Amino acid sequence: MSSASTGTGNSSRSSDSTGIGDSPDRVDGVPKVTGAALYVDDLPAPDAWHGATLRSEIPHGRFVALERDPDFDWSDVVVVTASDIGGRNTVALLIEDQPALVPVGGTIMHREEALALVAAPTRARARAALKALRVTTEALPAVTTLDAAFAADVKLHGSDNVLKQLEIHRDDADIEAVLAGCAHVIDSTYETGAQEQMYIEPQGVLAEWRGDTCRVVGSLQCPYYVHKALVILLGLPEDQVVVTQAVTGGGFGGKEEYPSMIAGHAALLAKAAKRPVKLIYDRAEDIAATTKRHPSRVRHRLGLDTNGQLVAADIDVALDGGAYVTLSPVVLSRAILHASGPYRIPHVRIVGRAMATNTPPHGAFRGFGAPQTTFAYERQMQKAARLLGVDAFALRRQNMLRVGDSTATGQVLSESVGSQEVLDRLEDALAQAAPPVPARLGSLRSPVRRGRGLAFYFHGSGFTGSGEERLAGRVSVACLASGDFEVRSSSTDIGQGMLTIFTQIAAQALDVPASRIKLSEPSTERVPDSGPTVASRTCMIVGKLVERACTALAQRLRDFATESSLDASDLSVLAAQHVAQRGELSETCEHESPPGVQWSDETYTGAAYPVFGWAACLVDVAVDEDTHEVTVERCLHAVDVGRAIHRRIVEGQIEGGTLQALGWALLESVPYEDGRVLNPSMTDCIIPTSADAPDMETLLVEVPYAHGPHGAKGVGEIPMDGPAAAVAGALEDALGIAADELPLLPEVLEHLLADAPLDEAPA
Amino acid sequence: MTDWIRPANLAEALSARAAHGDYMLLAGGTDLMVGASERAAPAGVIDLFGLDELCALGRDDDGRLRLGAGLTYERLLADPLVRAELPALHDASREVGALQIQARGTLGGNLGTCSPVGDTLPVLLALDAEIELRGPSGTRRLPVDAFCLGYRETALADDELIVAVRFPADIGRRSQVWRKVGTRRAQSISKVMLAASTARADDGALRNVRVGLGAIAAQPLRARETEAVLEGRVPDDALADIAAQTVQTDIAPIDDVRSRADYRRAITGRLVRRWVLQLADAQR
Repeated sequence: MSSASTGTGNSSRSSDSTGIGDSPDRVDGVPKVTGAALYVDDLPAPDAWHGATLRSEIPHGRFVALERDPDFDWSDVVVVTASDIGGRNTVALLIEDQPALVPVGGTIMHREEALALVAAPTRARARAALKALRVTTEALPAVTTLDAAFAADVKLHGSDNVLKQLEIHRDDADIEAVLAGCAHVIDSTYETGAQEQMYIEPQGVLAEWRGDTCRVVGSLQCPYYVHKALVILLGLPEDQVVVTQAVTGGGFGGKEEYPSMIAGHAALLAKAAKRPVKLIYDRAEDIAATTKRHPSRVRHRLGLDTNGQLVAADIDVALDGGAYVTLSPVVLSRAILHASGPYRIPHVRIVGRAMATNTPPHGAFRGFGAPQTTFAYERQMQKAARLLGVDAFALRRQNMLRVGDSTATGQVLSESVGSQEVLDRLEDALAQAAPPVPARLGSLRSPVRRGRGLAFYFHGSGFTGSGEERLAGRVSVACLASGDFEVRSSSTDIGQGMLTIFTQIAAQALDVPASRIKLSEPSTERVPDSGPTVASRTCMIVGKLVERACTALAQRLRDFATESSLDASDLSVLAAQHVAQRGELSETCEHESPPGVQWSDETYTGAAYPVFGWAACLVDVAVDEDTHEVTVERCLHAVDVGRAIHRRIVEGQIEGGTLQALGWALLESVPYEDGRVLNPSMTDCIIPTSADAPDMETLLVEVPYAHGPHGAKGVGEIPMDGPAAAVAGALEDALGIAADELPLLPEVLEHLLADAPLDEAPA
Repeated sequence: MTDWIRPANLAEALSARAAHGDYMLLAGGTDLMVGASERAAPAGVIDLFGLDELCALGRDDDGRLRLGAGLTYERLLADPLVRAELPALHDASREVGALQIQARGTLGGNLGTCSPVGDTLPVLLALDAEIELRGPSGTRRLPVDAFCLGYRETALADDELIVAVRFPADIGRRSQVWRKVGTRRAQSISKVMLAASTARADDGALRNVRVGLGAIAAQPLRARETEAVLEGRVPDDALADIAAQTVQTDIAPIDDVRSRADYRRAITGRLVRRWVLQLADAQR
């Protein structure tokens, strides 16, 4: 895939402009816009059969028997069950508790569990075959709420349904005694709901066997996660499994872990069918079965002195993990590591628990636990400002972390702390902003109430704790005979722009035009493991590896030029000469943690993240007095990204993340009944449209990070964390209600206002 | 395989309909195609989209406004007559789906589907529309509330087609309002829809009051008790409160995945109250 000029004649945006901080055309833009890009379901596979999944349909129980309807024509159908699995029956991730297929006699833990698989020449035949399978189950009492999980009358996991417990203790002080001595204590409980990623392209995989080698291509974020899972499920050596990412239509975390399940299913079917099998979910199945953001409940007690100085925080975090462990321990970790916020607080105790319930497992979603705890701590700060009667900006400035301060885990912040800068930029922009344009809803002139909310927050870039060190991600860059350079990494472009920024970074480091940079297809047979495309790490961690590998390769080429008395002014020419004379030349770099980054998993102390991004978000809302429909009239968002490699892509990441956060705050509801999603369609599982998007002003703040490429740090997730708290604060300001739950649907506001009727609410 | 008939004119369409009463009528497909993958394929489809004779727009000899059943929302939105005479329908058309839906969805399709959340149905109820049907035995006309019989159920006979919608000659002089409360700002299914119209006597009294509501019962309906308490009265704050109370007994909202019955009931009352207050203001 090569980039092409848009032909607009705008030379400053031509595709070969590679300057860091410029906005060259996206490498993947033209093929996606013209329809030339092939997503997994577009891949030509004329012989492929179509797979389908038989699901449990009870939230908890025993799988007693599976029978085939004897009147159905099974001649062109394959059926796969757990007994067909060659390796271990598990979707390997952190631990191996989730089966790929529930065996007959096994326990059903949620109603979307896969019991059997079918494949047939057409989708219609596969669906018909599913209906001809007779399932017998015995129901067991189910746990479908956090309360029931804590009550543990029904035990799903251990004796207490706790999938994982993690704690942070900043000091040895008796937190109860400290709180008792505080002038003010704000004690509130916050609840947030599940959220669907709603990537445009539903999940899907194409699998085929060539001899003893299983090859899968799919819509996915992490080829090596799928590779690991398939090796274990199929019982194959690593070199007999090849996983390739197809062009992928969005992920947001939703294609981090679940593709391992689908890939396993497709691989088993392809083996049984002795031909390629496509297993593509439709929207209903995707929403019902795949992961969502963890529902949460956070009790937060915040102690302040009479001057508004934060003294103590005691925070209890509960996440609904769903039926299996999956990624919940890591989500919980990020949740608690962000729970006390970007503030100096001398005394902190945080206890987090991920609980087991009989719902499909909740999983990765942009923000990864941080949005839930950010919502709680920023609501607390809003309440503190209101209680003390102090300015919202001033209270943040008084308590915010600065260079030299330490976080709740004792991490001393030594550089790239944009706390002051984001607040300053936001306040300046606010002073200059024109008043918002009121929205009009129909021809009835209902009055509105207006309010304003501020959120200030941070987000750790890259993997938590020692994750990057353990992972030791690698990137290779090679010279090609054509004089081009091939960047080989397992990072995936899921719409976020990775192809384009890696091209920029490589072109800059090699001092060649962008057209000389080729990015290898992310396939486990062609690229080293650079780690997964998650955790706001692609640009900062893997992008840095690209830069280092290119810099090292450039040096090797210059050395070659010196040895051979060649002109070193064009590395592209040198690269071709090297390949012609001496064969391929490549460089591989492995991640090295910056000095001083120490973390202890045992005590939960030390450097939780290599560095943090910082952000402040201000929201103005108007609430219709008759219907409680909320219009976000304005959203200002200042984000410290270290350095914007591609300005337009970074702004797009922030705007998209902001809208996703506003959706989570106001619109996006995923109701469950007995562990089943009630609205599995795009018609009813509401996400914002462009018509719902407010006037957004994105303010890029660049406080460089010495160990990121050109100073860049993570940006993918941070905009998701804060806007919900800003919206809730604005609604409290407008209506005088305690907006402590998400989503704040008009129906919820109606209920909250029934306790504080609208006419008596403060204006 | 589904049989697909695409008639060239209305006469062909009527004979196809008479011959195949079990075939599905496709007027735009915006409702039909949703969930098509879950339903069994129909035996056949009669595709009426774009038939010229169903896309006329103007005044009949008796002075009534006439809109062809095949008019899309896009056409309605572009028409100055609709904007001037039927502002509630204009506003409603603008809020249907988004541009793509507005380019395919039609007035006749919305009527034929008769969904409780059909966007134009409350407007047609509030604007005293009559529906013109044609079949082998000729043309008949029904008031819209006699046409919509229940949940996705209409008075259309299996050999008839919806040809046009007609409005009273004086409809442009009546005060009209439209308000849709949806799940979001576009591409949205309604939680509550209110459309209303009224003429005013010289003394300010309300005449020919019509209140059409959607998404608050199994079918769109006229709030007849509410109309009755308003008819002949001069609007003021007290009347607004009475109307708000009354309308809540006119409706039968339910809890579903899109909203809650208590919310639907409460906001229907408040929106009716707002309308009456607006009428009271207009005369001051």
